[in-house]
Formats: sequence, structure tokens, C-alpha cells
Amino acid sequence: MKFRDEYRDGATARRIADAIGRTVTRPWTLMEVCGGQTHAIMRFGIDELLPPGLTLVHGPGCPVCVTPVEYIDKAIEIAARPEVILCSFADMLRVPGTDGDLFAAKSRGADVRIIYSPLDAIAIAQAEQTRQVVFFAVGFETTAPANAMAAYRARCDGVKNFSMLVSHVLVPPAMCALLEAPGNRVQGFLAAGHVCTVMGIRQYEPIAERFAVPIVVTGFEPVDILQGVLMCVQQLEEGRAVVENQYSRSVRPDGNLPAQEIMREVFQVTPRRWRGIGDIAESGLGLAEAYGDFDAERRFGVVIAREEKVTECISGPVLRGECKPTDCPAFGVRCTPERPLGVTMVSSEGACAAYYRYRGTQRLGRV
Amino acid sequence: MTSADDFNLSCPAPAMDRDTVQLAHGGGGRAMKQLIDSIIRPAFADPELDHCHDGAVLEIEGTVAFTTDSYVVRPLFFPGGDIGTLAVNGTVNDLAMCGARPLYLSVGFILEEGLPIGTLRQVVNSMRKSAIAAGVRLVTGDTKVVDRGKADGIFVNTAGIGRIIAPTPIRPGSVRSGDVVILSGDIGRHGIAVMAAREGFGFETVIESDCAPVAAPVLALIEAGIAVRCLRDLTRGGLASAVVEIAETAGLAITLDEASIPVREDVVAACELLGFDPLHVPNEGRFAAFVAPEDAGRALAILRGHCVSESAAIIGHVSAGPLGQVACRGALGVLRAVDMLSGEQLPRIC
Amino acid sequence: MCLAVPGRILSVCGDDPMTRLGRVDFGGIIKEINLAFAPEACIGDYVLVHAGFAIAVIDVAEADRILTHLQDLTEPLDDGGGTA
Repeated sequence: MKFRDEYRDGATARRIADAIGRTVTRPWTLMEVCGGQTHAIMRFGIDELLPPGLTLVHGPGCPVCVTPVEYIDKAIEIAARPEVILCSFADMLRVPGTDGDLFAAKSRGADVRIIYSPLDAIAIAQAEQTRQVVFFAVGFETTAPANAMAAYRARCDGVKNFSMLVSHVLVPPAMCALLEAPGNRVQGFLAAGHVCTVMGIRQYEPIAERFAVPIVVTGFEPVDILQGVLMCVQQLEEGRAVVENQYSRSVRPDGNLPAQEIMREVFQVTPRRWRGIGDIAESGLGLAEAYGDFDAERRFGVVIAREEKVTECISGPVLRGECKPTDCPAFGVRCTPERPLGVTMVSSEGACAAYYRYRGTQRLGRV
Repeated sequence: MTSADDFNLSCPAPAMDRDTVQLAHGGGGRAMKQLIDSIIRPAFADPELDHCHDGAVLEIEGTVAFTTDSYVVRPLFFPGGDIGTLAVNGTVNDLAMCGARPLYLSVGFILEEGLPIGTLRQVVNSMRKSAIAAGVRLVTGDTKVVDRGKADGIFVNTAGIGRIIAPTPIRPGSVRSGDVVILSGDIGRHGIAVMAAREGFGFETVIESDCAPVAAPVLALIEAGIAVRCLRDLTRGGLASAVVEIAETAGLAITLDEASIPVREDVVAACELLGFDPLHVPNEGRFAAFVAPEDAGRALAILRGHCVSESAAIIGHVSAGPLGQVACRGALGVLRAVDMLSGEQLPRIC
Repeated sequence: MCLAVPGRILSVCGDDPMTRLGRVDFGGIIKEINLAFAPEACIGDYVLVHAGFAIAVIDVAEADRILTHLQDLTEPLDDGGGTA
């Protein structure tokens, strides 16, 4: 597969890993922001190719993991209504709410349907005129343009039986919140390459300057991630702190302008609560006033304010990069993918799930 | 007190809709006999069925393998097969995995009221063709009908009997450290085919299920005197679940080499698009064979001489520990753990 | 985040930029993709696809340049990619 296989070449990867080994003279702690990058690191064992002392901590870039629990509960409540068809990306189906998940709601008779593109939800609404179709719109900036397009099309085409439950999150405010937290030990970032494909790299320049951290916009294949790490440690060793673009085959400095335009048309910036992190100002997207008619929260009047049950789950510190899944006493013992205590174990991009799946609960022999 | 609108008459004598299955077809009466006589018995065309008795009476010499499986696939028809082909080949293959020559199958149908008769006819014909291809006889069966909404059209159960021809028991307990793992062919086709048909991914390219009987290459291995320790078909849970189960039962460790595992280009692309790992995708015409290392080369040559296993490959080996652990060496040469997933893989966009 | 997969455009249809579609080959699987966010994309281009939409046209020359650089990592990368 072109533009995939070349970036999984073992010889190229090892060459970059050797260069990293030659570059590093002292310990460094980097954070890869995106859950997809965490997944790749675990799956390909990239961290095992790095020199000792170079630590990768995993960031909050799993939009499924950080969706506030009340949005899961709202989705479940809306889906339970007999007139509703709830459309969702499959990623959200197994995320635990206060009391069960969307899969459980489906098995109790709720009409919950998996879709692959937000426009599938519009097609369903047009085909099922007597039902209310609600699209559970989550994700980072990568998915926001596609989700915006669904609302845009609904308005243009007069699809009145369609609405969206929106819980979008933005990366730069989360990075700032992490960097501002006392005890933060992240010294450099691998920024999320697909988020930046949409948004460009400009938003990260003030962050690099304000916090004096190098930020390397990085892709998702092993060669991408290793090159991103190399570029980041080169900056650290040289005392530089700027934004660099490793993923230049996809990321333009100004990003994707048509995509940003539709996001500005359909969405507005809102405060957002991040599961495991807390409230971050101006870190979310909600529907703009002009699209208010398509807001499912308004249409269905769901108001839920529930405190999440306190358990021994430490997905919050894991999402903040303060500790690794293996630091959790419940990891692999009381918390497994079959019986998850928290979202980072159940989401396919969650750090705990990635560790469990690719490292098991036992150590594997080194190469 | 009920109003006039609530009062209605219902006549117990069924008005027969000739196009769809009715509850009467499972009632043990004339309607059911007609269904069996007009559709099922002619298709399976077996002298045992013509006795119209409660069971088949068969003569079998030697040690017998016995297995059963139920088939609930949705949709009923998918590229490369249908519930009928699955129901025959699945059970034939389970017998082969025991080191047995498959001989006889029973068939139990649970039909949903309202199922088009034409659909039943198609499924029964598929079973007939699959049975002929696999060299097995369908010798006894049962039919029940349930209310509309209580079954997905058709559920099928097949049980199978085969004669063991392997000289030593073929099972996880026979696996030893040093054994070689051979995969009979490329993986991932069936799971993608069914899911694409069910969920409507909009793939222009059609991937067909690999559903097929695998008894012939298995029997060839055994008859050639290959030391086959264990066989496992790679159905639900895919290659990963099969290998993990064997490692755990045998109390040994298994290491796979990802680069050696054949996956067809279009299946790779489909898995990338959906965020699937081919190791966990179900197959219906593939198996893993654990053989003694000194027989590995010959075993591979025998398998490659059969159409269904022509792309067989050595994909790993068994070692003494850590107990029950399966690891896969990836593109970068690093080992990663392989385990069963807790549920079915779902497509992801994140 | 988010899973995005590269594919090559085989054909394009539609005049309205918001609903223009492309048949994209992902290396054996062909699927129709919305090109609203890649108005400059043409037949033969490689695009990065997420949730049914192309979100970027892949810069093939830039990809080649970086891969070539990676063959010899004793040379520093000179791309002006650093920004302050």
C-alpha cells in the first residue's frame, strides 16, 4: 500500500533509531499527543528501539476517552426514545457511561447504528422520514470538518428530522492545560499529524514560544514517529524550541482552508469538560447559533448532571501523561478490556488498551 | 368491557401462503411434511432420509469424531457463500481439525415465520452442493418454525460424525516445544466479506468469503505420515484466538512472524480503512497446523498441492515459555503480545 | 487522531465543489470519497481520507524528498521546516 508500506520499513526505522541514539546525551521526556500515535508505538514496539532515558508519555489525544461521561449518558437517553435512530462511529459504542454503554442500550432495543461517514446519517434521515436521526458527533479537529458537513447538508437540503449531539474537543488548549499543570514533566511534543492536516501548524507557534517546548507535527507510521522523535530530541539537545513539520507530505503550514471554513460556519468554540482532565476553557466545539435547530440537546431537552463514580481507575493521570498504564495496580488484574474500569482501557485508542493488547500483562523478551 | 373494535375471530385452520414459511410448517403435520418432501429431501437426496425415520442408522468402523456447530450469520447471503455453505463446511472442517475423515452430517433448521420459501430453497441447495464438494452425506435433520422476529430468517445447526484416521491424537495437548506453525493460506477474507455485506461499507471492490472445505489437504498430511500435533480452523476470533487458545491449553509459548503471514492486498486495504487487525478477522476456509519441525518442509509442499491451501506458509514456532504467551514479531523486528479480543472488532475512525 | 488512509484518485464526478466525489483506490479496495475539502485534487493524485472525506492531497515530491533524506541520516535535514 503506497504511502504506508514505505513508512513501515524496518531498515529505515532502525536507521532513524540509531540516529536518535547518537543524538541523545541526557534523559528527555516527550509526549505523543494522539491516541493513534500511542497505538502505533505499542503495536510496532517503537519505544523499545529508543535509547534508555528517552521516555514517551501518552497524551490525551483519544477523543473517545475524553468525551465527558454526561455526553455518553445523553446519547443513551436519546437513543432510548422509540422515535430516534442514533447514529455513531463505532468507536463510541463500548465507552462506559454512568450506567452501561451504547452497545447495552442497543441490546435493550434502542436503534443505534454504526456509520463510517457523517453523511451516512443524513442518508438515513432522508430514507426514514418518520424517525428522528441523531448523530453523535465527537472527535478532534480531524473529524470536525466532516461532522460540520453533515449539519451543513442538513440545512441546505432541509433535512428536518436530523440533529447532532456535539462533543468536539480541540488540541491546543489541552496542550496548554497540560503544560500549565504543576509537576508537568513533558519537555517536547509530537503533535497530532491529522489534526494539523486540517488546522495547520500556526496555532502551535505561540505554545512553543510561551512554554519553550519543541513541538514536532508528526505522522502515524513507525518511520514518521521515529523521525518526529529525532527532530524533537535534536531541538532539545540544541536548546531550540520551535514548531517543526515532520508530516510535511500531508500537513501544510496553514492547513486545509476549505475544511476550516466549514468548521467556522457550522461550529463555535465552547468551554468543554475533558473526562479525566476537567474543564478547559475554549477547548470544545458546539453548533453555532445559525445551526441551533440541529442541536439534539435542544431538540430533546436532555439535561444530565451526574458525577462520575469514583473508582480506582487512574485514566485521568494516564490521559495527562502523569503515569503509564502499567503504574496502575488494577491494570490487567481488575481492569481488562472485558471488564474495563475506565475509558482508557475500553477505547481502541486508549493508552491502557494499547498496552494491554500489545504488551500483555507479562514482559516480552527484547529483540 | 371490550369495544366492538376489540372483538375478532381467528380461524385455527391455516390459509397456506405458498411463498413464505408459516408456523404450520413446523407443526409436525401435513404442511411440514410437504416442506420436507418438496424441498429438503430432494435436495439432500440421501437414502437415509428416504426412510423417513426419527434418526439415521449408520455403520462406522473405528474411532469416531463428533462435533456440532450452529450458524446464525447475518446477512444470510454474502459474496462467496451463504449460511448453507457455512453450515456444511464449518462442521466438515471441525471434523478435519480432529484428524477425522468427515462422513455424515445432521441438519437442524430454525426458520422464522415469513421467510420466503425461495430463500430456504437457495440455502438448502447451497448445502447440497457443499456436501457433494466435501464428500459428506446429510442423513438426518429437524425443522422448527418460530414466530416472526424470533430468528434472523434462518438459524442452522449441523452436527457431524467422522472417522479418525490420525494415528495419534491431534489436539493442543500434543503440541511440543520446537513445533512449527503452518498457516494454510491468506487470512481475513471471510470476516471482511460478511461485515461489508452486512454494514454496507460502500466498497466497490467485492471481497469474497474464503468459505471452503479443508478436509482434503488435512487428510493428505495425515496419510503422508506427517507428525501433525494439532490443527485449528480460524473462525471467530481469527488466527489470534486460535493460536492463543492452543498456547494456553498446551502451556507453551508461540512466536509468530508477521511478515510471513499472507494477507491479500485488498484485505490489507480493507483492514486499514476499517482499523482492523487481520489477525483477529474470522476465516472459514483456513487452518493452522502444528507439525514436528522435521516434517515442516514436506507438510508445506503437500498443502501447497491443494487449491484451498496453495498459499500455505510457515508463520511461527512453539517454544517452552513463558506459559501460554503468544507474541508476534512485527515490521520493526520488535515482539508484541497477541491476545484474544474481548468482542468482535468494530470499524473505527479514531 | 484519527485514522486517515492514503489512496489514489481514479475518477472524479460532480461539478459542485461541496458534493464532488472521487473514486479512490486504496490498494485493492475502491471506494467513493467526498472531495469537498480537496477541491484541487485531480485524477492520479493521492489523497488522505478520513471518515469518508479527503482531508489532504499528498505532496508526493515532498514525501520522496524526506524518504531520500532518511536514507542518509548523517546529513542534517534542510527544509526550512523550523518556525519560531
